[in-house]
Amino acid sequence: MRVRKNIATSDEGFLFNPTTGDSFSTNPIGTEIILLMKKDRTSKDIVDAICEKYDVDRALFERDLDDFTLQLKEFSLLE
Amino acid sequence: MQTSTLREKFNRPLVIAVTGLNAIDSPGPGVAVIRAIRECKDFDVRIIGLSYESLEPGLYMHDIVDKTYQIPYPSGGTDSLFSRLKYIHEEEQLDVIIPNFDAELYNFMKLSSKLKEMGINTFLPEIEQFNARDKMRLSEFGKKYGMFVPKDKIIHEKRELQKLEDDFDYPMVVKGKFYDAVIARSKDQAEKAYEKILAKWGLPIIVQEFIKGTEINIAALGDGTGNVISIIPMRKLYITDKGKAWAGVTLDDDNLIELARKFIEVTKWRGGCELEVMLTSDGKPYIMEVNPRFPAWIYLTAAAGQNQPASLVKMALGEKVEPFTKYEVGKIFIRYAWDLITNIREFQMISANGEL
Repeated sequence: MRVRKNIATSDEGFLFNPTTGDSFSTNPIGTEIILLMKKDRTSKDIVDAICEKYDVDRALFERDLDDFTLQLKEFSLLE
Repeated sequence: MQTSTLREKFNRPLVIAVTGLNAIDSPGPGVAVIRAIRECKDFDVRIIGLSYESLEPGLYMHDIVDKTYQIPYPSGGTDSLFSRLKYIHEEEQLDVIIPNFDAELYNFMKLSSKLKEMGINTFLPEIEQFNARDKMRLSEFGKKYGMFVPKDKIIHEKRELQKLEDDFDYPMVVKGKFYDAVIARSKDQAEKAYEKILAKWGLPIIVQEFIKGTEINIAALGDGTGNVISIIPMRKLYITDKGKAWAGVTLDDDNLIELARKFIEVTKWRGGCELEVMLTSDGKPYIMEVNPRFPAWIYLTAAAGQNQPASLVKMALGEKVEPFTKYEVGKIFIRYAWDLITNIREFQMISANGEL
């Protein structure tokens, strides 16, 4: 689960795919997740990091992360 | 360095004539070509506009165009064009002419050696290259060079539309020989599109397979010996109801660059061109059309670091231009409308005297 190398990301959660010209923006949690993905962190690492930082149900967040990952894949943002 | 060579060689502003000054909602490339040329620091220029109509906005942009002359419509043939250019040359001592309309290119290509004898340089494709990419031969071209192109059929009569239903599914694209394309989703729509395009552009009409995908345009410049000088792919971000890009962004896609490189290499293309590509969801780049001149969004190539119009000027004047190796990805253009104010005196000058 790695963000493609050529995808430009900003700290504000803006993503630009230079191959397709598509751009996206995410909310602050999405931004945090993408920044973790860019550091090659595993799904488990991401779940650990977010659950530790925020008061969130682990099972619920795991499902949300799966959905988010699926969206990123659909938009060709993941390798 | 090329910079000093051109300056030393001329020691005066280069006089460059440019057509396509209709910076309207479906714009000609002239104003963008001039903007890019003026930005080049390797030479100074005096720009001569060549116009067909009195209300082409570029005529009145005096910081873009120094002087404008009206020229005869392409349908007038090469003789009337040549005599007009001869007069303009006597007045202005032209160094280079850059024609920017599909419909006028044939006349300019035919005159290029006569113009050269007079000291006017062009940098245009050969007639053979020009014909090979013609809309009506695109299918043949794709087969010959193993490129994806949509299936098409050239028709001369409305009743031929009926027969096409066996080979083409709806929607299909009905196109004019120079311009215009209508997506027809039924027989009724196809017939209406046929009539509309026939009335405007005449015969033949091209019927093309509809390809669904993302519209990509590529501006490319070849040196005429198979070398690629520049390739810039652009994705349309905002498309007008005429299908023109109103905003676009430069892309970084090796497949698109390879496609344009192959086109330039196999055709030994000389000059600027635009590949209109439809990228399907499974990643196949279909060449929908090849325009044999710079596109209206050509200034983006200069903004992204590869000034194609300025490079063409250098090559037209016999300079060797090294191929560009990089450009800025994610560079965006956004077109805008602006009410240019002029007065009736200027309008009268171009309308009555053919000069402004």
